Amino acid sequence: MTFDVAIVQFKPRKGDVEANLATLRGVFAQLLAGPAPPPQLVVLPEAAMTGYFLEGAVYELSFSAPEFAAKLDATWRAAGGTATIDIVCGFYENHEGTYHNSALYATIGGGGPKVVHVHRKMFLPTYGVFDEERFLSRGRHLDVFPTPFGIAAILICEDAWHSIMPTIAALKGARLIIIPSASPGRGLAGKGMLESVERWRATATLMASEHGVYVLYAGLTGFEGGKGMSGSSCIVSPRGELLEALDELSVAILRARLDGAEVDLARATLPLLGDLAAVLPDLWYDAALPLPKVPSR
Amino acid sequence: MTETEAPYRVIEAPLNRIDASLKIDAALTERWLTAFLRDELIERRRITKAVLGLSGGIDSALVAYLCARALGPENVYAIRMPYRSSSADSLADAQRVGDALGIHLDTIEITDAVDGYLRAAGDADPRRRGNVMARMRMLVLFDQSARLNALPIGTGNKTERLMGYFTWHADDTPPVNPIGDLFKTQVWALARHMGVPVEVIDKPPSADLEANQTDEGDMGVTYLTADRILAQILCGYNDAQIAAMGFDPREITLVRRRIEGTHWKRHLPTTALVSGTAINEFYLRPVDY
Repeated sequence: MTFDVAIVQFKPRKGDVEANLATLRGVFAQLLAGPAPPPQLVVLPEAAMTGYFLEGAVYELSFSAPEFAAKLDATWRAAGGTATIDIVCGFYENHEGTYHNSALYATIGGGGPKVVHVHRKMFLPTYGVFDEERFLSRGRHLDVFPTPFGIAAILICEDAWHSIMPTIAALKGARLIIIPSASPGRGLAGKGMLESVERWRATATLMASEHGVYVLYAGLTGFEGGKGMSGSSCIVSPRGELLEALDELSVAILRARLDGAEVDLARATLPLLGDLAAVLPDLWYDAALPLPKVPSR
Repeated sequence: MTETEAPYRVIEAPLNRIDASLKIDAALTERWLTAFLRDELIERRRITKAVLGLSGGIDSALVAYLCARALGPENVYAIRMPYRSSSADSLADAQRVGDALGIHLDTIEITDAVDGYLRAAGDADPRRRGNVMARMRMLVLFDQSARLNALPIGTGNKTERLMGYFTWHADDTPPVNPIGDLFKTQVWALARHMGVPVEVIDKPPSADLEANQTDEGDMGVTYLTADRILAQILCGYNDAQIAAMGFDPREITLVRRRIEGTHWKRHLPTTALVSGTAINEFYLRPVDY
């Protein structure tokens, strides 16, 4: 089956949720105005409605997942959206007094809102310019979830830099990996592209081709106190082809029609995921691996 | 092929790519820094104009070019602030930059203000006099900022920031600096790309606070060597490892002492912490919040 996606390379106004929701309402209106029919899935970056670097203000600007889904739903309806669409958006989450860097997958419009899944970022970068674990708690689960477009997983930014994460997601059945990200651009020695963006491109294309999954990467853009969020949103096919990409600083919407059958064809051509599933038990039970031993059953 | 001829060609990868971290794609750098200026001034602060001190040297010339590209030359106000001992060449070079860009260029002499203070303060050695001049220029820049409703833009580069080669609370005070993470050699590369006049690029860098003063003479090491050693230090290499790359141990020590003796210059004043809500210690909000 084919489905239409839109990645919104969002540029937030720092800390101003209402202003950012107003901007999002404009984006929704643009998607509704056509001429193409509205997408079935909209993907926004990490911390899209607040900006990424909040330090202690993260506690003032966090929401429960249902609260945040309700805001997105109200924004969609205010833009004139009546039909149901699916949306992925990064946000700072207050989960019963524990704070996370999260992204939700929700259905809005129609009879919504409905929170389908919340992924809580597991790898919180806390080095150099990053300070996430000072303010936030790690997520403890990497789950996949059903969508109308196939089983999906969400990885938030550094989650995706650990190759074991898309590997586990794919082994659990993911056919679509969605990456909301806020990546401060760095490294000017590349040829026409920031070195950090080059790394993202390599990461996204490799995970797609190794596991036969679609990768939807949504990058935050705009400068935050001198740190330029490097955008570069992109869509990668299950064969590892970069289907389309935005540059670092464009405020733009990236649209595509994807075909779930491509996942099956890619895996038939290059059955690495099936090979891994077969070999994994040998790797997993290797006594030399520094893993907790499996309790006896 | 004879029996003694080696059949395989041997290619050795270098142990350390010494200059890799100093290379820049100049077009990408220009695009990134002009976007930074537009975001910081227009979108975040709603200020459309920039004001900067134009010394006639390469750093402020490059910043003038970046500001002109980012904001339009009509929104850039450059100010020459000569003291009576300042070089005439500096004034001419600043004029050259101003003319090339079509930005506003004004001249405000600081001689009377500096000499007035120094008369009241009594004798001052060249170091103190230089610091007074640098701080007087800061005072002028901020006052002109208020007059013009223009944001002061910093012109300090990463090399002089790391070497501590600047006057604290003077050169480093403007709230926005597009070149503070560029080494001097990267400033040269970007300036060439952006078309800064060659006379400005090729002359020996100087703070022009004293006659015949040069930065490299003051620091005791060339910018090229300083940059190459600084880049290794920032990558975490120790002195023995850097010496093994072929650098002069005396120059390594000199650069190491400069960076390690000036950490305080790259921070805000040290405040005694007495509460659980100390600003920037417990109460943490980003600069753009």
